[in-house]
Amino acid sequence: MIYFYVGIGGMIGASLRFLIGEWLKAPDQWFPYSTLTVNLTGSFLLAWFTMGIVEKFSLSSKWKAALGTGLVGSYTTFSTLSMDAVSLYERGDVVLSLLYIAISIFGGLALSMLGFTLGKRRAS
Amino acid sequence: MLSKLLLVGAGGFIGAILRYGISQWISKRTVSTLPVATLFVNLLGSFTLGLLTGLDLSNFSVLFLGTGILGAFTTFSTFKLESVQLRFKKNWKIFVLYTVLSYTLGIALAWTGFQLGGIFSS
Repeated sequence: MIYFYVGIGGMIGASLRFLIGEWLKAPDQWFPYSTLTVNLTGSFLLAWFTMGIVEKFSLSSKWKAALGTGLVGSYTTFSTLSMDAVSLYERGDVVLSLLYIAISIFGGLALSMLGFTLGKRRAS
Repeated sequence: MLSKLLLVGAGGFIGAILRYGISQWISKRTVSTLPVATLFVNLLGSFTLGLLTGLDLSNFSVLFLGTGILGAFTTFSTFKLESVQLRFKKNWKIFVLYTVLSYTLGIALAWTGFQLGGIFSS
Protein backbone atom coordinates (compact mmCIF):
# COMPACT_ATOMS: atom_id res chain seq x y z
CA MET A 1 0.00 0.00 0.00
CA ILE A 2 2.87 2.35 0.76
CA TYR A 3 3.90 1.91 -2.90
CA PHE A 4 0.60 3.43 -3.97
CA TYR A 5 1.16 6.55 -1.81
CA VAL A 6 4.68 6.94 -3.20
CA GLY A 7 3.18 6.66 -6.70
CA ILE A 8 0.59 9.37 -6.04
CA GLY A 9 3.35 11.59 -4.67
CA GLY A 10 5.37 10.87 -7.82
CA MET A 11 2.42 11.78 -10.02
CA ILE A 12 2.06 15.18 -8.33
CA GLY A 13 5.82 15.84 -8.20
CA ALA A 14 6.40 15.03 -11.88
CA SER A 15 3.37 17.14 -12.90
CA LEU A 16 4.67 20.17 -10.98
CA ARG A 17 8.10 19.74 -12.60
CA PHE A 18 6.46 19.60 -16.03
CA LEU A 19 4.41 22.75 -15.37
CA ILE A 20 7.50 24.70 -14.32
CA GLY A 21 9.16 23.47 -17.52
CA GLU A 22 6.23 24.76 -19.58
CA TRP A 23 6.34 28.09 -17.77
CA LEU A 24 10.07 28.53 -18.47
CA LYS A 25 9.98 27.15 -22.01
CA ALA A 26 11.43 30.28 -23.64
CA PRO A 27 14.48 30.88 -21.36
CA ASP A 28 15.09 27.10 -21.28
CA GLN A 29 16.24 27.25 -24.89
CA TRP A 30 19.38 29.10 -23.77
CA PHE A 31 20.05 27.60 -20.37
CA PRO A 32 18.29 24.87 -18.28
CA TYR A 33 16.54 27.28 -15.89
CA SER A 34 13.57 25.02 -15.20
CA THR A 35 15.67 22.01 -14.12
CA LEU A 36 17.75 24.28 -11.88
CA THR A 37 14.57 25.78 -10.39
CA VAL A 38 13.01 22.43 -9.45
CA ASN A 39 16.28 20.90 -8.26
CA LEU A 40 17.29 23.81 -6.05
CA THR A 41 13.85 24.44 -4.52
CA GLY A 42 13.31 20.68 -4.09
CA SER A 43 16.67 20.25 -2.32
CA PHE A 44 15.64 22.88 0.22
CA LEU A 45 12.15 21.39 0.64
CA LEU A 46 13.23 17.79 1.16
CA ALA A 47 15.84 18.67 3.78
CA TRP A 48 13.44 21.03 5.60
CA PHE A 49 10.63 18.47 5.47
CA THR A 50 12.80 15.53 6.59
CA MET A 51 14.57 17.33 9.45
CA GLY A 52 11.69 19.56 10.53
CA ILE A 53 8.18 18.52 9.59
CA VAL A 54 8.69 14.76 9.99
CA GLU A 55 10.25 15.24 13.43
CA LYS A 56 7.88 17.94 14.68
CA PHE A 57 4.67 16.17 13.73
CA SER A 58 6.19 12.67 14.09
CA LEU A 59 4.78 11.71 10.70
CA SER A 60 4.28 8.05 9.93
CA SER A 61 6.56 6.28 7.44
CA LYS A 62 3.63 6.31 5.00
CA TRP A 63 3.53 10.12 4.90
CA LYS A 64 7.30 10.41 4.92
CA ALA A 65 7.50 8.13 1.87
CA ALA A 66 4.57 9.75 0.04
CA LEU A 67 5.65 13.38 0.53
CA GLY A 68 9.44 13.05 0.74
CA THR A 69 10.39 10.11 -1.46
CA GLY A 70 7.38 10.34 -3.75
CA LEU A 71 6.43 13.98 -4.18
CA VAL A 72 9.64 15.97 -3.63
CA GLY A 73 11.82 13.10 -4.89
CA SER A 74 9.99 13.07 -8.23
CA TYR A 75 9.70 16.85 -8.43
CA THR A 76 13.51 16.95 -8.62
CA THR A 77 15.42 14.98 -11.21
CA PHE A 78 18.94 13.84 -11.95
CA SER A 79 18.54 12.29 -15.41
CA THR A 80 17.48 15.61 -16.99
CA LEU A 81 20.40 17.35 -15.27
CA SER A 82 22.86 14.89 -16.85
CA MET A 83 21.21 15.25 -20.25
CA ASP A 84 21.12 19.07 -19.98
CA ALA A 85 24.89 19.10 -19.37
CA VAL A 86 25.41 16.83 -22.41
CA SER A 87 23.12 18.96 -24.62
CA LEU A 88 24.96 22.17 -23.72
CA TYR A 89 28.30 20.47 -24.46
CA GLU A 90 27.04 19.04 -27.78
CA ARG A 91 25.79 22.52 -28.71
CA GLY A 92 29.32 23.85 -28.20
CA ASP A 93 28.51 25.73 -25.00
CA VAL A 94 31.21 24.09 -22.87
CA VAL A 95 31.47 27.02 -20.44
CA LEU A 96 27.69 27.10 -19.90
CA SER A 97 27.71 23.34 -19.36
CA LEU A 98 30.38 23.65 -16.67
CA LEU A 99 28.58 26.61 -15.11
CA TYR A 100 25.37 24.58 -15.00
CA ILE A 101 27.13 21.68 -13.24
CA ALA A 102 28.79 24.06 -10.75
CA ILE A 103 25.48 25.78 -9.88
CA SER A 104 23.84 22.37 -9.43
CA ILE A 105 26.60 21.11 -7.11
CA PHE A 106 27.08 24.16 -4.90
CA GLY A 107 23.56 25.58 -5.11
CA GLY A 108 22.04 22.19 -4.35
CA LEU A 109 24.31 21.63 -1.36
CA ALA A 110 23.77 25.15 -0.02
CA LEU A 111 19.96 24.94 -0.24
CA SER A 112 19.83 21.44 1.19
CA MET A 113 22.00 22.58 4.09
CA LEU A 114 19.78 25.62 4.67
CA GLY A 115 16.67 23.43 4.75
CA PHE A 116 18.43 20.98 7.05
CA THR A 117 19.43 23.71 9.53
CA LEU A 118 16.06 25.52 9.48
CA GLY A 119 14.19 22.24 9.80
CA LYS A 120 16.22 21.16 12.80
CA ARG A 121 15.62 24.51 14.47
CA ARG A 122 11.90 24.16 13.84
CA ALA A 123 11.79 20.66 15.25
CA SER A 124 13.58 21.49 18.50
CA MET B 1 -1.88 20.66 -22.26
CA LEU B 2 -4.06 18.44 -20.07
CA SER B 3 -3.21 15.31 -22.06
CA LYS B 4 0.49 16.16 -21.74
CA LEU B 5 0.07 16.60 -18.00
CA LEU B 6 -1.68 13.23 -17.72
CA LEU B 7 1.15 11.52 -19.62
CA VAL B 8 3.78 13.03 -17.34
CA GLY B 9 1.72 12.28 -14.23
CA ALA B 10 1.22 8.62 -15.19
CA GLY B 11 4.94 8.33 -15.89
CA GLY B 12 5.75 10.00 -12.57
CA PHE B 13 3.56 7.48 -10.75
CA ILE B 14 5.52 4.59 -12.30
CA GLY B 15 8.96 6.21 -11.94
CA ALA B 16 8.52 7.02 -8.25
CA ILE B 17 7.34 3.47 -7.43
CA LEU B 18 10.28 1.99 -9.36
CA ARG B 19 12.75 4.22 -7.50
CA TYR B 20 11.22 3.40 -4.13
CA GLY B 21 11.14 -0.33 -4.87
CA ILE B 22 14.71 -0.53 -6.17
CA SER B 23 16.03 1.67 -3.34
CA GLN B 24 14.34 -0.53 -0.72
CA TRP B 25 15.70 -3.66 -2.39
CA ILE B 26 19.29 -2.35 -2.59
CA SER B 27 19.30 -0.78 0.90
CA LYS B 28 18.20 -4.07 2.49
CA ARG B 29 21.05 -5.94 0.82
CA THR B 30 23.98 -3.57 1.15
CA VAL B 31 25.87 -2.16 4.09
CA SER B 32 27.63 0.95 2.87
CA THR B 33 28.14 4.54 3.98
CA LEU B 34 28.02 5.50 0.29
CA PRO B 35 24.32 5.89 -0.69
CA VAL B 36 24.50 3.22 -3.40
CA ALA B 37 20.73 2.97 -3.97
CA THR B 38 20.31 6.62 -5.04
CA LEU B 39 23.58 6.48 -6.98
CA PHE B 40 22.37 3.42 -8.88
CA VAL B 41 18.96 4.85 -9.89
CA ASN B 42 20.52 8.18 -10.89
CA LEU B 43 23.18 6.56 -13.08
CA LEU B 44 20.80 4.06 -14.68
CA GLY B 45 18.26 6.82 -15.32
CA SER B 46 20.88 9.18 -16.80
CA PHE B 47 22.04 6.52 -19.28
CA THR B 48 18.48 5.61 -20.29
CA LEU B 49 17.45 9.26 -20.79
CA GLY B 50 20.56 9.80 -22.94
CA LEU B 51 19.58 6.79 -25.04
CA LEU B 52 15.98 8.01 -25.44
CA THR B 53 17.14 11.50 -26.41
CA GLY B 54 19.57 10.05 -28.97
CA LEU B 55 16.82 7.90 -30.47
CA ASP B 56 14.86 11.08 -31.22
CA LEU B 57 11.46 9.61 -30.36
CA SER B 58 8.00 11.14 -30.67
CA ASN B 59 6.82 13.90 -28.36
CA PHE B 60 4.48 11.41 -26.70
CA SER B 61 7.31 9.02 -25.76
CA VAL B 62 9.56 11.83 -24.54
CA LEU B 63 6.86 13.13 -22.18
CA PHE B 64 5.82 9.75 -20.83
CA LEU B 65 9.20 7.97 -20.67
CA GLY B 66 11.59 10.91 -20.28
CA THR B 67 9.84 13.64 -18.30
CA GLY B 68 7.48 11.25 -16.50
CA ILE B 69 9.12 7.90 -15.75
CA LEU B 70 12.85 8.75 -15.85
CA GLY B 71 12.33 12.23 -14.41
CA ALA B 72 10.67 10.75 -11.33
CA PHE B 73 12.84 7.61 -11.23
CA THR B 74 15.95 9.75 -10.74
CA THR B 75 16.16 12.33 -7.98
CA PHE B 76 18.27 15.34 -7.07
CA SER B 77 16.81 16.29 -3.68
CA THR B 78 17.55 12.94 -2.01
CA PHE B 79 21.06 12.95 -3.49
CA LYS B 80 21.75 16.37 -1.93
CA LEU B 81 20.19 15.51 1.43
CA GLU B 82 22.33 12.36 1.63
CA SER B 83 25.40 14.49 0.79
CA VAL B 84 24.55 17.02 3.52
CA GLN B 85 24.07 14.19 6.04
CA LEU B 86 27.52 12.84 5.12
CA ARG B 87 28.93 16.33 5.57
CA PHE B 88 27.42 16.72 9.05
CA LYS B 89 28.82 13.32 10.01
CA LYS B 90 32.19 14.72 8.82
CA ASN B 91 32.50 11.78 6.46
CA TRP B 92 34.43 13.92 3.96
CA LYS B 93 35.90 11.11 1.89
CA ILE B 94 32.52 9.52 1.11
CA PHE B 95 30.95 12.98 0.65
CA VAL B 96 33.46 13.89 -2.08
CA LEU B 97 33.31 10.42 -3.63
CA TYR B 98 29.50 10.50 -3.81
CA THR B 99 29.49 13.93 -5.48
CA VAL B 100 32.27 13.12 -7.96
CA LEU B 101 30.84 9.71 -8.91
CA SER B 102 27.31 11.07 -9.37
CA TYR B 103 28.24 13.92 -11.70
CA THR B 104 31.09 12.37 -13.69
CA LEU B 105 29.45 8.98 -14.22
CA GLY B 106 25.95 10.46 -14.64
CA ILE B 107 27.06 12.86 -17.39
CA ALA B 108 29.39 10.29 -19.02
CA LEU B 109 26.59 7.70 -19.09
CA ALA B 110 24.05 10.21 -20.49
CA TRP B 111 26.58 11.07 -23.22
CA THR B 112 27.23 7.37 -23.98
CA GLY B 113 23.50 6.66 -24.16
CA PHE B 114 23.00 9.70 -26.39
CA GLN B 115 25.71 8.51 -28.83
CA LEU B 116 24.31 4.96 -28.87
CA GLY B 117 20.80 6.27 -29.50
CA GLY B 118 22.12 8.36 -32.38
CA ILE B 119 23.69 5.27 -33.97
CA PHE B 120 20.47 3.27 -33.69
CA SER B 121 18.18 6.02 -34.96
CA SER B 122 20.19 6.73 -38.11
